Amino acid sequence: MKDGLVAALAIAGKDLRTELRTKESLTASLSFSLVILVLFSFAFDLGRDELYAISGGLLWLVYSFAGALIVNRSFARELPNDCLDVLVSSPAPGWAICLGKTVAAFLLLVTVELITLPFFGLFYNIAWWHSSGTLFAVILLATWGIAVVGVSFSAVTVNVRLRELMLPVLLYPILIPLLVSAIGVTTALFSEDPQMLSANGVSLQLLIVFDIMYTSLALYMIEFILIV
Amino acid sequence: MREKLIYTLGILGTLVMVYNLHTIFLDLPDEAMQGAVYRILFIHVPAVINAFTFLAVALCTSVAFLATKKFIYDSISVACIEVATAFMLVNLVTGSIWGRNQWGIWWTWDLRLTSMLICFLLYLGYLLMRPAITEPTQRATMSAFISIFAFADVPLVIMAIRLPNVRTQHPGPVLETGNLAPAFVPPFLLGMLALFLIGSALVLVRLHQETSRREIDSIRRELHAV
Repeated sequence: MKDGLVAALAIAGKDLRTELRTKESLTASLSFSLVILVLFSFAFDLGRDELYAISGGLLWLVYSFAGALIVNRSFARELPNDCLDVLVSSPAPGWAICLGKTVAAFLLLVTVELITLPFFGLFYNIAWWHSSGTLFAVILLATWGIAVVGVSFSAVTVNVRLRELMLPVLLYPILIPLLVSAIGVTTALFSEDPQMLSANGVSLQLLIVFDIMYTSLALYMIEFILIV
Repeated sequence: MREKLIYTLGILGTLVMVYNLHTIFLDLPDEAMQGAVYRILFIHVPAVINAFTFLAVALCTSVAFLATKKFIYDSISVACIEVATAFMLVNLVTGSIWGRNQWGIWWTWDLRLTSMLICFLLYLGYLLMRPAITEPTQRATMSAFISIFAFADVPLVIMAIRLPNVRTQHPGPVLETGNLAPAFVPPFLLGMLALFLIGSALVLVRLHQETSRREIDSIRRELHAV
C-alpha cells in the first residue's frame, strides 16, 4: 500500500514535470477555455438576472471542455517510445498508476480553472468571490470527479482510432450527474439565493458520493484495462 | 438447434404480441383520464423493463469476461446491449409521443427523462466504441469496462421517480403501488413476455453473428500467419 502511494506520487510528479516542461495540454486547455468564454458571450445576449441563472452552467461547460483536453493527454502522453508498456510492466500496481495520473490531471485542471475563474467574473460581471469557500469546495470535488473518470476513460481510449473524438463521447454522459450537481450549487452560490442554496444542499452530497463511487471503481478496474 | 430456438422464440413472441395488440386495441376500454393514448404504455414500460433486464445480463457477462477472459461472454454482452439499446430507443420514442399528447410537449428535462436519455447515450457510446478498436482482446476488455461503468446509471433511472424531494413530471410508480387497474394487468404482463421473447430471439441472432465473425477473424489471422 505504502509502496503504491509512493509510486503514485512519483507518477504524478513525472506527469506534472513533463507538462510543465512542454506545457502542451496546459496552454491548449487554457486558451481553449478563454476562447469558449468569449464565444459564449456572443451566443447569449442576456440581462443580469438571466445571466446569473445560467452562470453555473456556463462555467462548468467551460471546465468540462478544458477537462477533456487535459485528461485526453493523460495516457496519450505515454504512447511515444512505448512508455505505456514500460509503465505497465513497472513494479507499480495499476491503481497507483491511475491514482498518480489522476492527481496530476486534477492539479492541472484546477490550475486552469483557477486562472479561468477571474476572467469569467470579468467578462460576465459575476461576483464569484462572495462565497468563494464553498465555491472552491465544489470546484475541488467536481474536478476530482472529472479527473478520475477522465483518466480511466483516457486509458480505455488510448489505443482507439479517433481518440480525441471517442473520449468526449464516452466521458460526458458519465459525467452528467456530476456536472448537474456542480452546476446547481454553483448557480445557487453566484445568485446568493438562500432558498436555491438549501435546495441544492443535496447536490454537494451527491458530488461526494459520485467521487467516492467512481474513484473506487476506477482504481479497482484500471488493472483490467491496462493489462490486456 | 440454435436456429430452431431462434425461430421458435421469434414466432412465439410475434404471436403473443399480435394477440396482445388485439386485446389492447379492440378489447380494452379507453382510460378515464388519458383517453386512448394510454395504450402506448403497454409497449413503453415493457420495453424499458426488458432493456434493463438485458443490460443486467450484459453487466454480469462483462464481469465474467474480465474474470475469465472467455470471448463468449463478450459476445453475449454486445448482443444484449444492442437489443437493450433498441428497446431503450423504443421506450424514449413512445414516451415522447405520450408526452406530446398528455403534456403538450415532446420532451422535458426532468430527472427520469434525462437519466433515461443519458443511459441510452452511454450504451450508444459503447456500441460506437467497439468498431474503433481492432485488437479483439483489447476491444472486449474496454467494452466490458464501459458496460460496467454505464450500468451505474440504471439504478438512477429506476430511482428517479422514487427519490424523496425530487419532483418529476413523469408519472409516479404504478406497478408496486397496485394502482394498475386489474383489467390492465394481463395485457401488461403479456406485453412484457412478447418483448422478452422477441428480444431473446434478437440476442441469439446477434450472438450467432458475433461468434461467426470471431471465427472468420481467427481464420483470416491464421491465413495471414501462413
